[in-house]
Amino acid sequence: MPWLSILMAVPVLGAVGVACLPKGSDKLAKQLALLVSLVVLGLTVAMAVQFSPDGERFQFTETYSWIPAFGVNYGVGVDGIALVLIALSAVLVPVVVLASWHDTDGPAPDGRSDAPAPKRSAKTYFALLLVLEAMMIGVFAATDIFLFYVFFEAMLIPMYFMIGSYGGVQRSYAAVKFLLYSLFGGLLMLVAVIALYAIADKNTFMFPELVGVIQDPTTQKWLFAGFFIAFAVKAPLWPFHTWLPDAAAQAPAGAAVLLVGVLDKVGTYGMLRFCLELFPDASKSFAIPVIVLSVIGIIYGAVVAIGQTDMKRLIAYTSISHFGFIALGVFAMTQNAQAGATLYMVNHGFSTGALFLIAGFLIHRRGSARIADYGGVQKVAPLLAGAFLIAGLSSLALPGLSSFVSEFMVMIGTYERYAVPAIIGAIGVILAAIYILWMYKRMMNGPTADAVKGFADLNGREIAVVAPLIALIIALGFFPKPLLDVINPAVDKTLTNAQVSDKQPAPTVAEKKGSGQ
Amino acid sequence: MTTHYLVLSALLFSIGALGVLLRRNAIVVFMCVELMLNACNLAFVTFAGQHGSLDGQLIAFFVMVVAAAEVVIGLAIIVMIFRTRRSASVDDANLLKY
Amino acid sequence: MESPVEILTHAGGAIGYSWLMIALPLLGAAILLLGGRRTDRWGHLLGVAMSLAAFAVAVASFVELTGLPEGERRRGVGLFEFIPGMVDLGVLIDPLSISFALLITGVGSLIHIYSIGYMSHDHDRRRFFAYLNLFVAAMLLLVLSDNYLGLFVGWEGVGLASYLLIGFWQFKPSAATAAQKAFIINRVGDFGLLIAMFTIWTTFGSLAFRDLGADVTTQASEGTLTAIGLLLLLGACGKSAQLPLQAWLLDAMEGPTPVSALIHAATMVTAGVYLVVRSGAFFEAAPTAQLVVTIVGVATLLAGAIIGCAKDDIKKGLAGSTMSQIGYMMLGAGLGPAGYAFAIGHLITHGFFKANMFLGAGSVMHAMNDEVDMRRYGGLFSVMKITAVTFIIGYLAIIGFPLLSGYFTKEGIIETAMHEGGPILGWLAVVGAGITGFYMSRMVFMTFFGKRRWADDAHPHESPAVMTWPLIILSIGSVFLGAFLVLGNRFMIFLSPAVGRPAELPEFHFLSVTGLATLALVAAGAAFAWFRYGAAEVPAVAPRGSFLTAFARRDLYGDALNESLFMRPGQWLTRLSVFVDNRGIDGLVNGLAAGIGGTSGRLRRVQTGYARSYALSIFFGAAVVVGALLYVGNM
Repeated sequence: MPWLSILMAVPVLGAVGVACLPKGSDKLAKQLALLVSLVVLGLTVAMAVQFSPDGERFQFTETYSWIPAFGVNYGVGVDGIALVLIALSAVLVPVVVLASWHDTDGPAPDGRSDAPAPKRSAKTYFALLLVLEAMMIGVFAATDIFLFYVFFEAMLIPMYFMIGSYGGVQRSYAAVKFLLYSLFGGLLMLVAVIALYAIADKNTFMFPELVGVIQDPTTQKWLFAGFFIAFAVKAPLWPFHTWLPDAAAQAPAGAAVLLVGVLDKVGTYGMLRFCLELFPDASKSFAIPVIVLSVIGIIYGAVVAIGQTDMKRLIAYTSISHFGFIALGVFAMTQNAQAGATLYMVNHGFSTGALFLIAGFLIHRRGSARIADYGGVQKVAPLLAGAFLIAGLSSLALPGLSSFVSEFMVMIGTYERYAVPAIIGAIGVILAAIYILWMYKRMMNGPTADAVKGFADLNGREIAVVAPLIALIIALGFFPKPLLDVINPAVDKTLTNAQVSDKQPAPTVAEKKGSGQ
Repeated sequence: MTTHYLVLSALLFSIGALGVLLRRNAIVVFMCVELMLNACNLAFVTFAGQHGSLDGQLIAFFVMVVAAAEVVIGLAIIVMIFRTRRSASVDDANLLKY
Repeated sequence: MESPVEILTHAGGAIGYSWLMIALPLLGAAILLLGGRRTDRWGHLLGVAMSLAAFAVAVASFVELTGLPEGERRRGVGLFEFIPGMVDLGVLIDPLSISFALLITGVGSLIHIYSIGYMSHDHDRRRFFAYLNLFVAAMLLLVLSDNYLGLFVGWEGVGLASYLLIGFWQFKPSAATAAQKAFIINRVGDFGLLIAMFTIWTTFGSLAFRDLGADVTTQASEGTLTAIGLLLLLGACGKSAQLPLQAWLLDAMEGPTPVSALIHAATMVTAGVYLVVRSGAFFEAAPTAQLVVTIVGVATLLAGAIIGCAKDDIKKGLAGSTMSQIGYMMLGAGLGPAGYAFAIGHLITHGFFKANMFLGAGSVMHAMNDEVDMRRYGGLFSVMKITAVTFIIGYLAIIGFPLLSGYFTKEGIIETAMHEGGPILGWLAVVGAGITGFYMSRMVFMTFFGKRRWADDAHPHESPAVMTWPLIILSIGSVFLGAFLVLGNRFMIFLSPAVGRPAELPEFHFLSVTGLATLALVAAGAAFAWFRYGAAEVPAVAPRGSFLTAFARRDLYGDALNESLFMRPGQWLTRLSVFVDNRGIDGLVNGLAAGIGGTSGRLRRVQTGYARSYALSIFFGAAVVVGALLYVGNM
């Protein structure tokens, strides 16, 4: 059964269906979009249970010739890393659909009041969401590098329109900035992709066949740079990050969730999958500079987050800090660090997703994203505040919540090889407490602000949005084993292909005792 | 012998070129362009005679045909501009700029 | 000297179900938080029931453990794989952890019961009990976990519970700020604990206590062990409010009083001592780290005592005293196997008498319309006899009145410090005891004796039975527990399978030189307090006092120091970074875009619209091309 093609086809068909609905049937459009995304989630779960962690590396593979003249294939397949990221997308989309229910009602916000603001179409928004879902699944599933590139760039289109048409007051600035940054990186990658094809001279773009083909160190370095810059912009890594706060702050909450929760993961996923395996020597020689960038990103993102006055921008900056952790884990090149980084990609999607969505609920109620416009929300809307706190605590990596496991694994894995970056990274843990709790205190604690007094607590729809995410955050915090069991073999394979021998920690005391007798 | 023709051709071309650059009247500029074309024709014919081949003459005919087509279009444009703007000066027709 | 015994895998019996101790309160918290208002009516009862159930499991496990031969009294119960290939979560029941479990569930249950009365007027009582249950679960995970990661989960879990409970009245900005401060300062300590775990993992390849026995010395250099020890100590300092991470504890008194009693006196703040004792293998192999532990302990016991002398807020006074007493425990924990039993013993007795006094203070506040200023108290003895008597029993226990609990355990620490740590540490600890005598007496005199300085609308009355009974039970513990634990080295022998013990068991001297000196100093302190606050009139508004008083009142300038060293530069750095990000990095990119835009703006001026100038440039262009072609052709 061509699982992955079905997974992509269903949302595309759904998007066409949503877009073709007659005028004025917004509600039907939303319901259809929700239904389609839930079907995709169901299919993903059905596929995931059939995945065998110890089997072939890439499973559910399909390969059809697409452009025979250049050896371009439609090649898809997933390993453990791709699988969990597809699952992340499949979980987040229905949540986002539900959360965006009323986000497209009413006209676009406008800085000026004299000009009538353009009316926005709910249908288009939900159709774009579904198209985006198909692309997100495609980008993680692609095993053909050309196909990956196509999805990598094509993802920009729906997101561009979602920010540019449905965003906040400065939406066009943010959308253009987002597009230009991503295109800049993407074009560098295109050059590298073509060069890889030409130099490898195997008349194929299939990833498994290109692993280990490029041997010349200088070539590796140039091609690595091409891929890496694209991914570093996407991730985003310091200092390529400034598009993210603008894009995330201007995007509607749902789009921001997918942008930060999934799209950006393509960057770190690309580093792990393509940079490391295709160019192992270059990755090793660039490891230290990348780690330095990551560590700067961790601290810098956190410090700048502390100084933010807009909650969506604040959450965006925390993500920059977290992406620093992920990149750190990827380039530390130990089993623990990379498994932690992969797990972090998933966990970050849930915790930051929840934060953005709840921020969206708050903005919907108050009409402002400024932290100073809130105060004492806990008193009038305890559920809302509680959900926000849990999401925030996960973001600051409180043990027992999902992000902690991944952050811990990244840091301990990094420490095995590079002690100092791990220690500096751990300072980020202190800063995380400051930015989250200070935001929480300013918004939720203290005397209730007048504008906040009429706040309703979470309604049924909003609870349905938040509850699954929080349940996942808590469940994965105590029992990450199901995910790690899938991720670990894939990471193992990555490390083998990257020709890294995991620096084994010292044998345990128990083993030593055994051998001593 | 060839040299004389070529010098004449060069002189005609230069006169034409200077005319294009210096004169304002669109008709005069247009005639100067024709002059340059014909200077080229002269050079082509000269070289054709020197090499004893027909290629140069052939090209000269092509040039004439093109020039004729150009005259048709160009004059039409100039007349239209003159009608609307009451001026045949090329400097007055400067609206298509930055 | 005797080393700890091996940890054996255990199945079945009460110990096999000991994880219920963690699970039950957690379940209670989950039900109360998810159930919302529906559970308002019986929420507090469920909270108490879960806490009592955990206590029952603890007692059953304790009984089963004592039934085992001494060499087999460390039992591990595996639960599930937490991080595959790194850590399996499990429960470790040994004399050390079960002592803590009994203290936490026992005192915890009493405080739960007390809170029914204390919080009866708060419409969020259910949420309060949910947090209390959450705390109990996290604290039990902390002490029962069989590895450092599980300990850390509990460690931060109690931090969270503490955050939630300090900020329970979050609508008060001061409470919200105090909660946040506590969490962040604790995070600094957690940073140390994290790095310690990284080092342990990379050095020994395991985070399980089972693999980190006395033979750690064979696998790591002393430098590594010292580093691990100091990092663990940093973690302990954060949680236990030891210098230099002490600043949060006094502010933490913003929380409801039962919270102060349970978390910030009896249990959570002593977790640092637990950590040091549990990690004994590392400290015993790293004398430098041990020395630092004792120094931190002595410095904090003096600092806390000095702070306690100047506070007019009864809870803050008790908080200073808590700091100081934990300083004693730290001192004991830094002295090796000879000190462990006294440190943990003092921890347990302190858990009783300090909880007793905090609850007593809560009872007083309850009676006095939540007034905390002792200058507005006075003469309360006659109005609330049970509270007063139990409080005074706690007071006598803490100052080390002969034959009461504190006397035995504190004496034990001081003696051991003289013996193992040298006279400087020992005498400083004696001085600390003297100061304790002063500030605790001051508290008792100002509260229960002297003239009534009440506010006009105060009508003090004795608290209901649900609040006084816990006080009575705790005060009974405050009287007898010390003698029970220390005499005949009962507790040291009981603990030894978990932490080891010195080859020669110490003998308790009732009339040692240090003991007498301590008693004399305590008596002098108490007499001075009587002279100042008992016999003399206490002004209702605090006099300005000397430089020293101001120094103590402002917590030895701890906050000022943090503010000028970390907060101000931090704020400056934050502002700078935001500026750099907006103007610098983003500015660079936007500048580039603006530059390109500007250049093209200039360049397009070339398009003048004059056909003749275009013709000119075409001619020049043609000339250049021809010239270039000629040049190249001639080359």
